[in-house]
This record gives sequence, structure tokens and C-alpha cells, in this order.
Amino acid sequence: MRALVDANYEDTPAIDFIGVHKWYGTFHALRNINLTVRRGERIVVCGPSGSGKSTLIRCVNRLEEHQSGSVIVDGVELTRDVKRIDEVRRDVGMVFQSFNLFPHLTVLENCALAPIWVRKMPKREAQDMAMKFLTRVKIPEQASKYPAQLSGGQQQRVAIARALCMNPRIMLFDEPTSALDPEMVKEVLDTMSELAQEGMTMMVVTHEMGFAKQVADRVVFMDNGEIVEINAPAPFFEHPQHERTKLFLSQILH
Amino acid sequence: MAWARTNLFQSIGSSIATLAFGAVVLWLLPPLLSWAITAAVWNAADGEACRQHQDGACWAFIFAKFDYLRFGSYPISERWRVNLTEAVGAILIVWLLWPEAPRRGLAALLFFAIYPIFAFVLLHGSHWLGLAVVDTLLWGGMLITVLTAAVGIVFSLPLGVLLALGRRSQMPTVKLASVLFIEFVRGVPFITILFMANAMLPLFLPEAWAPDRLLRPLIGMVLFSAAYMAEEVRGGLQSLRHGQHEGAMALGLNYPLLMGLVILPQALTLVIPGIVNNFVGLFMDTTLVSIVGLADFLEAMNNAMKDPAWSGPTIMPTGYVFAGMFYFVFCYGMTRYSAFVERKLAKGGKR
Repeated sequence: MRALVDANYEDTPAIDFIGVHKWYGTFHALRNINLTVRRGERIVVCGPSGSGKSTLIRCVNRLEEHQSGSVIVDGVELTRDVKRIDEVRRDVGMVFQSFNLFPHLTVLENCALAPIWVRKMPKREAQDMAMKFLTRVKIPEQASKYPAQLSGGQQQRVAIARALCMNPRIMLFDEPTSALDPEMVKEVLDTMSELAQEGMTMMVVTHEMGFAKQVADRVVFMDNGEIVEINAPAPFFEHPQHERTKLFLSQILH
Repeated sequence: MAWARTNLFQSIGSSIATLAFGAVVLWLLPPLLSWAITAAVWNAADGEACRQHQDGACWAFIFAKFDYLRFGSYPISERWRVNLTEAVGAILIVWLLWPEAPRRGLAALLFFAIYPIFAFVLLHGSHWLGLAVVDTLLWGGMLITVLTAAVGIVFSLPLGVLLALGRRSQMPTVKLASVLFIEFVRGVPFITILFMANAMLPLFLPEAWAPDRLLRPLIGMVLFSAAYMAEEVRGGLQSLRHGQHEGAMALGLNYPLLMGLVILPQALTLVIPGIVNNFVGLFMDTTLVSIVGLADFLEAMNNAMKDPAWSGPTIMPTGYVFAGMFYFVFCYGMTRYSAFVERKLAKGGKR
């Protein structure tokens, strides 16, 4: 059975949205979303604020519940089944706008926590792995500090390392640079670009259009809860098809 | 001198306050010291000497009654069991609360899992072990006070945490049950809870399970204190940003791990002052168990003061001053320890 699944592994999409709708009360937050993310693909989601882009990627690890349609992650459909949701979350890393590091734990403990308790990894091994990823995001020397002692850019890189420690198959980024001072944006984007070069499947909500042009395989433009346009970065930025895309790009690119 | 100038006399207002406070101290302290030390009766076989020296405390009375204040009517030949129980408990508590102590996990296991059984067997007795059974009717004095406070503190915090989590639960029945319990208990005076525990617990349970007359007020105390603890903990839970939940959920932590590793450690740290405040209140409230017939320390003191051999005008002030000091030592100790923990945490986990 396992072998059969593995044989098809490359063919099953990493993430599949099929006719997804979501409402907050009467507010229609997602309207008929259809999107298939292939393995190793880098998707950048952009759009004006309130367009539903954060809601969209938060549906991937069920931080938001969709009300109709289906979201299939790594071949597993997300339902009310809590066990299955936790399984999906283990394999889907997420980086937040506000970092969400645990302030009562050191940087190293932040990174090793989930491998130890969720993956049941021996403590020593988890810490070694945490150091490996902290080295990769270039802050091994901060391992014994607490998050509040770090700069915003450093905290966000710790958050990326923490997510990578779970050895995820998919990484979600929810406006990872929006809360950062301008001089720290680059260090986080560089870390993300390196991750992309290694072939990680990524879904990134961001306003950094330079990052989208360099790294994305496809750019998704959302407005008013629906996907307006999907295209490769070059045609997306040079020849946007829809009026709303043109308007948005003219506003954001000046 | 320089310190005095900058701290005590830095402005006219502060100078006046310093002088006024100093005057009050100078006015009150000498008579107090005289009453408590120099003019006090330290040695006497009965109340005669105290009746003759009415301008000083009668500490001889406390010495004479100390064993009764400590153990109540616990049989004299068996009192070593109380001493042993309390000594072991004290060692475990120090081990548990000392931040630099080694193997504190082991201390926690011993204190919370093994010690209650050990204490019960030792205090109550067991025929198998050849320890005479001492009926709880005979227990009294500081033993009852310390026991009630310890049981209240140890059980009310975890129960309070569960109630606080229940109140924030997504499951409507759990939430409703928690809210009903918390609001009911908070809306009823502690004395009423004690009476209800005393009179109603036996009605609800079969005869054979009918809880002991010491156990009933203990249960009442734990339930009462847990409701207040729950509200304290809820305040801590609510002050955490929702991002902490999401950060933990996104890593695949299930509910128990999320609460135990991420949310509760932060929430409880935030509300340490309030929790200790509840502990102090609980310690004071142990005096109320006397109304359901337990001879706690204060009740033992009241009984001791009725001894005609010691009757005299200085007995009552002496007895109550001593009782006050006893409660103060415990409560002040708790608040000092909490301040120490707060400073330590502020140094470590900066937020």
C-alpha cells in the first residue's frame, strides 16, 4: 500500500483547493477557490488587504475552517477529524506575520519543542537538529537567548528554523516580512529564497513583488475573496489580464 | 547619612512623613517591647504569676499549652507520627520550591503522588503496619490548620486550572458545567459551603462511602478555593495573544501539549500574584473549619484559654498575639516566595 502511494507521490498535488467557499458570518471571505499546487512549486499570493489571501493559506493547515468545497493537502482531505488535522499540521510548516515564537522558551527550545513532543525524537537529537537549522538561517549564536532579546528579522528566521525542524513537506508564509523594519526584510527574504532553491513547496502571501518575480513559479492575484488571475511572474507583471490586477499593480509598484 | 538625605528627607513632605512615622514608632515600640519581652512572664507552672504581672504577656501559658495547640487531642504516645509527617512534608516542600535543587521532578512526584498516601497512613494509622488508628475526631491544633491549608493548596490549583480550561472549552456541556460550578461557588459564602459539605455530602453518597468528618470540610475547602483559582487562571489565559495558540497548532501540537507546554506555563506565570493571594486567603479561611466542629489552631487556642488554672486578664491578649504571629509567619512566607519567583522569572524569560 505504502509503495503504491510512494509511486504516485510526485503526481499527487501538494495542495488542492476544489470549489472552496468560506464565510465569516455573512461576509463571504473565499468564493469558489480552485487552485492546485504541485510538489516543489512556489506560489506567491498577492492582493489588496481584505482580499482573502491570508484566509486562503490558513485553510491549508486548518487554522481557518472552510464551509464548502474541499481542501486536500498531501493527499489528505481536511475534515473535522482532529487527528487528521494534527497529522497534516506536522507536515505543513507555517511562518506568521507576528512570528508567534514562544516567549517563555529559549530559541533552541522553541525549535526543539515540537520534534521532541510531536515527533517523539530524543532530546539530544532534536537539539542537534535545531542547531543545524539555526545555522542554516545564520543565527546559531543566538540559540540560548529568549525571543524578546532578538531583532524582528532574527525572530522571523528563528520562526522559519522552528518550522523546518518538523521536516515539513510544504511551507506556508503569511506576510512574513510585513511586521519587520525595512532593513530586516532582506535577511528574511534571502532565507526564503534559499529554501525555494532547495525545492521546498511554498505558498507565500506577501507584498514583496521583487521576491515574487525572482522566486515564484506562479503568482496568484486575489481580490474580494476570489482568485482573479494566476500566471507565471513574467507575464503576470508585464501583461496583467484583468483590470483589477492592473489597478493593484499600479498601486503597489508606483 | 547621604542615603538618609536622598531617601528620607528629600523634600519637605517626605521629611514630615519620616518624622511622623519615627515618632509613632518611638511612641509604640517601647511599651510593646516591654509587654512582649521584659515585663512578660516566661516561666510559670500555672496562672498565678501571670495574674500578678498584668503589664506583660503570659508566654508561660503558651509553653504550657503548646502541645495541645500543636496536636489537639491526638494521643500523646502517637504524636511522633505527626512530627514525622510534618518534617517529611517540610523537607519535600523545600526541595520542591528551591529553584537550584537537583531532581525537582522527583520531588514533585514524591510530594504529589507518594506523600499524601504516606501522610494519611501515618496520621490515621493502619492495623497492618501496627500503627494504632487515631480517629480524626482527636486531631486538632496546628495539625488541622496546616493539613487543611496544604490539601486546599495542592488540590485547588489543578482543579482550578481544569475549571478555567473548561470555561473556555468549545464543548457546550463542559463549558456550561464549569460556568455553573464557578458562579455557584463564587455566589455562596464559604461558611455555607462548609455547612453544605458537612451536611450534604453524606446524603449524596452511600453509607459505606460517607466521608470522614475531617474530609468533608477539606472537600468543601478545595471546591471553594478552586472556583476562585479558576477565575484567576482564566485571566491569565485571556491575556495571552491568540498567536501563541496558532503558533503551537501550526506545529502539530495537540490540545494537551499545546496547553501544557505553551499556554499554561505562560498564563500561570502571569497570574502568580493572584494565585498566591488566593493561597493566603485560603490559609486564613482554614480558621472557619471550626464552625463544623474541627479544633483547628485558633479553636484550640480558644479552648486552651478556657482553662481555669490559667484564667487571668493577660491570657487572651497573649493567646491572640501568638495566634496572629503563627498565621503571619505562614502567609508572609508565601508572599515572599511568590515575590522571589516573580523576580526570578522576570530575569529569565523576558517578554
